[in-house]
Amino acid sequence: MHPRQWMTVHQKGLYCAPADCYIDPMEKVDTAIITHGHADHARPGHKRVIASAPTLDIMRTRYGNDMARQTIALASGHVKALGDAGDPVYLSLVPAGHILGSCQAVLSYRDQRLVISGDYKRRPDPTCPPFEVTPCDVFITEATFGLPVFKHPPIEREIAKLLNSLAVFPHRCHLVGTYALGKCQRVLLALREAGYTKPVYLHGALLRLCSLYQRYGIELGELVAVSDVDDKSTLAGEIVLAPPSALADRWSRSLPEVRTVMASGWMQIRARARQRKAELPLIISDHCDWPELISTLRDVSPQEVWVTHGREDALVYQARTMGFKAQALSLIGYENEDESG
Amino acid sequence: MNAFSDLLEQLYFTGSTNTKAAILKHYIATTPDPDRGWAIAAIAGTLRFDFFKRNTVKKLMLERVDEALFAMSYDYVGEMSETVAHLWPEPATAQSAALPSLSEVVETFRSAKRNEVSGHLQRYLDMMTAAQRWALIKLGTRGLRIGMSARSVKQVLAEYGDKDIQEIEALWHAMMPPYTTLLAYLEGRADKPDISDSVTFHPVMLAHPIDDRVLDNWQPADWQVEHKFDGIRVQLVVTAKGKALFSRTGDDISHAFPDLTDSVDRHMVVDGELLVIHGDKQGMPQVDTFNALQQRLNKKKPAPSLIKSLPAGMIVYDAMSLDGQSLTELPLSQRRTRLEKWFSSVALPRLYLSRTLQADSTAALRQLHEHASQDLAVEGLMIKRKAGQYIPGRPKGEWYKWKRDPLYVDAVVMYAQRGHGNRSSYYSDFTFGAWQGDTLLPIGKAYSGFTDEELKKLDNWVRRHAIGRFGPVREVEKALVVEVAFDAVHPSKRHKSGVALRFPRIHRIRWDKPAAEADTLDIVKSLIERAE
Repeated sequence: MHPRQWMTVHQKGLYCAPADCYIDPMEKVDTAIITHGHADHARPGHKRVIASAPTLDIMRTRYGNDMARQTIALASGHVKALGDAGDPVYLSLVPAGHILGSCQAVLSYRDQRLVISGDYKRRPDPTCPPFEVTPCDVFITEATFGLPVFKHPPIEREIAKLLNSLAVFPHRCHLVGTYALGKCQRVLLALREAGYTKPVYLHGALLRLCSLYQRYGIELGELVAVSDVDDKSTLAGEIVLAPPSALADRWSRSLPEVRTVMASGWMQIRARARQRKAELPLIISDHCDWPELISTLRDVSPQEVWVTHGREDALVYQARTMGFKAQALSLIGYENEDESG
Repeated sequence: MNAFSDLLEQLYFTGSTNTKAAILKHYIATTPDPDRGWAIAAIAGTLRFDFFKRNTVKKLMLERVDEALFAMSYDYVGEMSETVAHLWPEPATAQSAALPSLSEVVETFRSAKRNEVSGHLQRYLDMMTAAQRWALIKLGTRGLRIGMSARSVKQVLAEYGDKDIQEIEALWHAMMPPYTTLLAYLEGRADKPDISDSVTFHPVMLAHPIDDRVLDNWQPADWQVEHKFDGIRVQLVVTAKGKALFSRTGDDISHAFPDLTDSVDRHMVVDGELLVIHGDKQGMPQVDTFNALQQRLNKKKPAPSLIKSLPAGMIVYDAMSLDGQSLTELPLSQRRTRLEKWFSSVALPRLYLSRTLQADSTAALRQLHEHASQDLAVEGLMIKRKAGQYIPGRPKGEWYKWKRDPLYVDAVVMYAQRGHGNRSSYYSDFTFGAWQGDTLLPIGKAYSGFTDEELKKLDNWVRRHAIGRFGPVREVEKALVVEVAFDAVHPSKRHKSGVALRFPRIHRIRWDKPAAEADTLDIVKSLIERAE
């Protein structure tokens, strides 16, 4: 049976009727499949949540242990039957390469298979296993950076810009805006890989998720909470990571001669960087850029492409040009820019 | 070109004015002539020619990218140069050829024949990074906006040469890029350039909006009161070397108004308002509306028939020099006396002396202000201190403008479009309409008047309530009411609603108000002023 008959867009989000569950719903529901832990996808208060173990841990870290009445951790490669036992929907989770724990949801019903990519990227990321190509009939892809202007440079080049700036402005505190989940840890790892061994200072809002990553065996090097530094003037010439919302906040005023840096895929667009008042924009993204979106369509090669949040129009147009049947799903509520990009 | 691109990058992403100035000063001190002079011209906006047309850039781009994807990208990015900078394909093989210097680029395009421009542009774009491509296109189409005004560039030059900014201002419009003589003077390597008799723009004196404190302490004898005409501010310069009409920013607009410049030959630098004037009746100029002037402004070379039907004229209200004699250091009262005498002694068929108005108390002044709105060509009052010299810039306590009170209607948002520059990728341009029966007819467009915070909310609202798309324009549910402020309503044959608003802006967003309760077109039409 064609997925359009069993997968529909509701007010609360994407709904699979024969399994009676939502995927990344915007409101509280009975059963939710959560692709990854970003707040616009993973919300608290569902009765039952099915997700990868790290995603469940992220949700607990953010929302507390009672974030859902029941949690089901589904390991990669395992299959779970949902709905009517005589006519089940089979669910499995496969890596999406976006952040720790991020997965694509693979749903099979009768003779058809549908893959919901969630957010994903194709670049190597030491914090999570790479995106796995899963053949399917319908592929639902995100389109956060779904315009040909988006071409992300290698992360090494962007980190080099930061280290170069530290050398040019050794007296200035480099305050880097990073999303708390994923971007922060990826920037830390890239700094370490570039040979930066000094302690990195963190805004309080980033601490718990970094500890969680460390518990998963991801080495982030020496981290110090800014609140533990008595004399803030010693942070001159150091790297401080903070959530983007804290960049222009009163919090940052205690730091010495701040140079505002922002790490996000949006930084490629000048006006966006200026809207953030970033003096040094770093183009570091946890999503696909345009060439990767296109090569993913080619790799997955589904019968049909459905495009969700982001620049849907352009990707639908491109998919059709490539010969796919394609349509935009109008899912409102994703793409909270304080959370991802 | 490398250093220039780096300079722009640094300036673009630096917020603080002082740091920007320091960056530019450092660039000027460390960059040779003529590169630095061209950079100064690019930033101050004084380049005299386009290297290439936007359309040339677009054509080259469309040879390399799908047209629909280009349009969607441009719509999102909100700026042509940046869109092209990102979309331009990276050359397959690494380019080892060194980038040409800024002055080489300028010379290449300046000396290029028309059919060579596209080839040069393509060759340069192929050898550049995205940031450099952006700099080149911005430079070549004279669209550079890096948050640095001509005034701040002059300030940097003044500091660089340890001179007073007034001195730079006075010299500025007589100097030409790449400013080698000016820089030589600033560096003490040459004498001060002689600019007497040159046909150049003289920086003008500007007014502050009136405030109640000024009105409360207003002494009638100390002030000159005039109408504020609804045209554009211009300066007419005639010297032994020639004549020119300048806009208030110093753009030479003589070519569009030959009827005005041909009508004068006495030497002068006069300050006034450019308007369409149909002769005079008993000494009173018959001034047409701003709409009429707009038709002349849009034509670079007006046809004789247009000149005849909409003749240009100027209402003169001040003089910086008359018959070669500078008046700027005289008080306004004396400049005015000279101007009156001069007007009575010479025949100037297209120039009219601005009338002074009498008000012997603040109450009388308020009454004048109320009545000022009855004349279609007037948008308020000008109040000037009689004892003041002519001081370029916006000196405090000298000149005040008192615009007529705005009008308001509640209108319904119908369409939204993304903004440009700072507002790139936000829906910030709104078309709104008024009710006629149960249909809405668009009455205007506004893209200002709201805070950044409100902009975000509006943008979010548009995304959630979009119901259709016409190219870059989103149609939205007819559910949001905005209170629109504007200066006047004119009848218009070009709009289906039959009205055109002058300077509409969003005054308040009425999140609370149901669309059905917005104003009707009849109410809007009732605000049209009847010409007497």
